[in-house]
Amino acid sequence: MRVVFKTSYDSDIDLHEHGRDRVLMGLLLLAMAALPFLVGDYYLSEVTNTLIWALAGMGLMIAVGHTGQVSLGHAAFLAIGAYSDAALMNAGLPFAISFLLAGLLTGLFGALIAVPAVRMSGIYLAIATLAMFVIVEELVILFEPLTGGIGGILAPSIEILGISFDRYAALSNFYWLVLGVVALVTWGYANLMRSPTGRSFLAVRDSEVSARALGINVTQTKSLAFGLSAGVTGLAGALLGHYIGFFNYELFSIFISINLLLVVTIGGLGSIQGAFLGAILISAVPQLIAILRDGLNENLGINLAGIPGLDTMLFSLILIGFIIYEPTGIYGRSLKIKYWFEVFPLARRDVFRRQKSYLKTERMK
Amino acid sequence: MTEILQLLIGGVASGCVYGLVALGFVLIYKASEGVNFAQGDMMMLGAFVALTLGNSGQLGLPFVVAVPMAMIIMFMLGWGVERIVVRRLFGQPQFALVILTIALGFVFRFVAGLIWGYTPLVLETPFAGKNLSAGGVVVGLADLTAIVVTIILTLLLWAFFAFTRYGLAAQAASQNQMAAYIVGVPVMRVNSMIWGLSGAVATVAGILYATRGAIDPNIGLLGIKAFAAAVIGGLGSLPGALLGGLIIGVVEAYAGRYAPGEFAQMSPYMIMLIVLVARPGGLFGQIQMKKV
Repeated sequence: MRVVFKTSYDSDIDLHEHGRDRVLMGLLLLAMAALPFLVGDYYLSEVTNTLIWALAGMGLMIAVGHTGQVSLGHAAFLAIGAYSDAALMNAGLPFAISFLLAGLLTGLFGALIAVPAVRMSGIYLAIATLAMFVIVEELVILFEPLTGGIGGILAPSIEILGISFDRYAALSNFYWLVLGVVALVTWGYANLMRSPTGRSFLAVRDSEVSARALGINVTQTKSLAFGLSAGVTGLAGALLGHYIGFFNYELFSIFISINLLLVVTIGGLGSIQGAFLGAILISAVPQLIAILRDGLNENLGINLAGIPGLDTMLFSLILIGFIIYEPTGIYGRSLKIKYWFEVFPLARRDVFRRQKSYLKTERMK
Repeated sequence: MTEILQLLIGGVASGCVYGLVALGFVLIYKASEGVNFAQGDMMMLGAFVALTLGNSGQLGLPFVVAVPMAMIIMFMLGWGVERIVVRRLFGQPQFALVILTIALGFVFRFVAGLIWGYTPLVLETPFAGKNLSAGGVVVGLADLTAIVVTIILTLLLWAFFAFTRYGLAAQAASQNQMAAYIVGVPVMRVNSMIWGLSGAVATVAGILYATRGAIDPNIGLLGIKAFAAAVIGGLGSLPGALLGGLIIGVVEAYAGRYAPGEFAQMSPYMIMLIVLVARPGGLFGQIQMKKV
């Protein structure tokens, strides 16, 4: 077991606990940047997809994992990001500006939603965001001149300084663009979480009453977190729009919201790594199901293709399994495994045993 | 004038179905402050079970036998879901239950699709297609049944929570689990029973829904609308759930007739948002501030 001696306050809030982590992160980033030279177009586009999901997952993680505000409506923020980016680019703005504006607009919308939403807690907030999602979905259909209505809208191809970043024309360039955005957001997010603002998020999550007692403005903190969460999801939405190319309102269904919740829950709530792990799982499972389905069909003659909703059902079962057996997600499990190896003969299961907690009414808050 | 009345009755009748599903939400919320997002899918399952028992092509039991039997089967299902799955979430944050029940809803929908298929089926009921007419207003017998049954059920459940030991125990368990344990409330058992009860109520809602149209595995999505009804009334209030259902049903009926385009789809959620902004606990909510 490696013990880190903390000799100053700065080392307590350091971005990486060990120097080793810094090197590993650098190596990982290098490997990711070199990916277009290593794998084919199919896998590269899958990895791009995963990265976009991870970005959206990070957006939701700020709200759910770090501030404790459950949202069932983040697909709406994805939609707003995608549509506003496409609409701004159609209006003649270059990508670099419209992309940032899309994030900003979505963030502002999120903060606007948060003004009434922060008065609610727990379940009520989840419901309000669900309602917001339905309303945004209908609005997208209503604002046909901007959004293309039911017909859909074409995301214009990206060009920065004369270099094409279009997904279909130059996949590796698009990949690098996505990677860059994801890396920057991750870096910003990690830094945010060690700033006073980020830690006030955690305080609000753990206990609103004690956070208020510590002098944190709960309302403001929650709105800020929700706005940030929406903004990051909006950025992911803009990228998703360019990734898909041509999309309409059906892309942003309630299932997307639930998939996003899946990403953060399965990955591990309250950890940035969780968003990435969850996104990897979410994009790998459909591939695995496809492989399994083909295998069963060829070897045993069982045809699963005729059964609709099988993917969703399997996702649901995985989710139920995780909630019951591993509420801390893949990241929590990986921490446990790491701990087991680090203290090898001395590892005891009760180290990670959850404290029993009893429910007290939310009607008194 | 006739049209307005006609819309009102249709709206009230569908509002009653929303209200009944909402009662299921409220039941569980009153007992454990959890929200069962699979309530709509339980309604769908209940309707299908009744259909299997009662339709002449299937088991062909008489309607008065099929309905109680369907309710008993769904009681067992609700009870089993609590025993096998929900109980393991004890002591975890509330939203774990939200995510779990959403996932459960998908599983239910898939299973129903596997068993009964995706083509809409019709439940055979004694009052299908019969009408009463008074002064030019035509009232379907099915609509009337929906209204009467809902009122009776709401009153029964209200009496259950107000006067019976189990009802009071359930309310105690929702307010402070530990204190309820200490005074000898069997919290777990009460929870299982409430889940069973909400399964039975969902069956009634499903049957009433099926008397007014065809059913398929996706009617469970109605649960989201019923949810809006429960929230408008205040999640912990039985009469509130009924009122919320009525508001949504009636507004939807009028919006579908007189308002432009997509408005009817949005109206339940807009009402809900307005209520939540004005009164975060719902119309009959009981939220009190805790001071530091």
